[in-house]
Amino acid sequence: MEKATVFNNRLLPYLLLLPQLVITVVFFYWPASQAIWQSFLREDAFGLVSEFVGLENYEALFAQPEYYRSMLTTVIFSTLVAALSLSIALLFATQADKNLKAAGAYKTLMIWPYAVAPAVAGVLWFFMFQPSLGMLARPLRGMGLDWNPLLNSTHAMILVVMASVWKQISYNFLFFLAGLQSIPRSVIEAGAIDGAGPMRRFWTIIFPLLSPTTFFLLVVNVVYVFFDTFGIIDAVTGGGPAGSTTTMVYKVYADGRLGGDLGGSAAQSVVLMVIVIALTAIQFRYVERKVQY
Amino acid sequence: MVEHRPLSDFIAYAILTLGILIVAFPVYLALIASTHDAATVVGGHMPATPGSRTLENYYRAIFVGGSRTSREPVAHMLINSFVSAIGIAIGKIFISILSAYAVVYFRFPFRKTAFWIIFITLMLPVEVRIYPTYKVVADLKMLDTYAGLILPLIASATGTLLFRQFFMTVPDELLEASRIDGAGPFRFFWDTLLPLSVTTMAALFVIQFIYGWNQYLWPLLITTQDSMQTIVIGIKKMLVTTDELAEWQLAMATAVLAMLPPVAVVIFMQRLFVRGLVQTEK
Repeated sequence: MEKATVFNNRLLPYLLLLPQLVITVVFFYWPASQAIWQSFLREDAFGLVSEFVGLENYEALFAQPEYYRSMLTTVIFSTLVAALSLSIALLFATQADKNLKAAGAYKTLMIWPYAVAPAVAGVLWFFMFQPSLGMLARPLRGMGLDWNPLLNSTHAMILVVMASVWKQISYNFLFFLAGLQSIPRSVIEAGAIDGAGPMRRFWTIIFPLLSPTTFFLLVVNVVYVFFDTFGIIDAVTGGGPAGSTTTMVYKVYADGRLGGDLGGSAAQSVVLMVIVIALTAIQFRYVERKVQY
Repeated sequence: MVEHRPLSDFIAYAILTLGILIVAFPVYLALIASTHDAATVVGGHMPATPGSRTLENYYRAIFVGGSRTSREPVAHMLINSFVSAIGIAIGKIFISILSAYAVVYFRFPFRKTAFWIIFITLMLPVEVRIYPTYKVVADLKMLDTYAGLILPLIASATGTLLFRQFFMTVPDELLEASRIDGAGPFRFFWDTLLPLSVTTMAALFVIQFIYGWNQYLWPLLITTQDSMQTIVIGIKKMLVTTDELAEWQLAMATAVLAMLPPVAVVIFMQRLFVRGLVQTEK
């Protein structure tokens, strides 16, 4: 789509674009190209001399068992968070879509956690489940369960997943509710006249019509788990115990910290870039086509 | 409704009430913890009702800072958070409304190229290119400055796309009418387009304010002095001391203070917030 009437100044449009282009080039393209370049270099311990090593950083990366482990962690983590937060949010949204009194208040009370910083959400959940003083950890230990997310990998993962789901429900709820409200009432009424009960109507009419929203949310949730959960992981577990909650993004940070393995960290950045670009491409391809029956 | 079933309504109320209670529970506990003394919180037998240390805890957190950890008082961190969140929101609106104006209302060589250069940034969040960006900011001597906290985070395409989308819906007749009145690009922008964009700008402001306020990894890396810390990383640093010594009641008071501004924005500007969220799909 293009505007029919436009101005025809020669210099002005470039001046208008200048601030954004300068910031984008300096803080985006320059560092991104540095990451790619650096992934082919090896620096000495003091960062003084660097040597071109070709694909060595990548070979070293894919020879690391820890890297595959962080991939697996990322897959498990994203699957759990996306599945749980989507289904819980869909349950709440279908209930809020009924003609209830105080529907507005329920909506407000459901969406505010969006505004809580991931790192703060992590601190709140850690506080509840900290083994010695957590209000909810004590009953668990009282029941004879040796609850300790500081030492037990499974417990740590459960805690990180719960905090991430808690934070993401609000976003999914909002989009599911908007999706449900945009389904024409006449379609649902037609189903009812044909004798379909509420459950049947949900699975055969509402759920299929909601599939564009669900698919969009699925991609957004995966991107959320990749990047925005960094604060939660850092606050709750710091990637531990023994690397069991280190996702791929967390590993980029952890490996390059304090000028550690910058080449390896850069190679990981490049792998991540490829994954994110693929995800975005999938999103555009399918969202354009409107997944629907 | 198709059919009215009292039972179905009852179930809906029950599920939703349970839902909002579960959602609110972690924050309720933080509120309670911020009103007790350190021993009560650490002892693990914290009551479910508020204690009597509210004023003392908040006063210490805001103006004094944790004594054992000798960190910055929260008042200072709040200022840093406000400056960077507002800077990010305004900066992004400023650069993106100008570039969208150029792309939509002008024809010039490399117009498509410029659009794509901006558009591609959608795909790569700052977390992916974190160390090279850190190095650029360090080379520009921007560590521990507000510019360093703000500028790298406004390099993204969401705002430009949003304004572009909105400008496309503005009727062409408005531009034709302004031109007949003798208006050039500046007057058309200032007198016609900007007033029409107020709601879009406000919606973008709300979303970007929350985004900026909640930043964690970036401020963590580029602030080395305590005086430049934002409140979100301040909380984490209060807890980094070994667990027994961490002053949980102060950390929780700080957490409450850190949640207050963005949550207030969502609750009191809900319509703008929902609009911004749906439009930017952020």
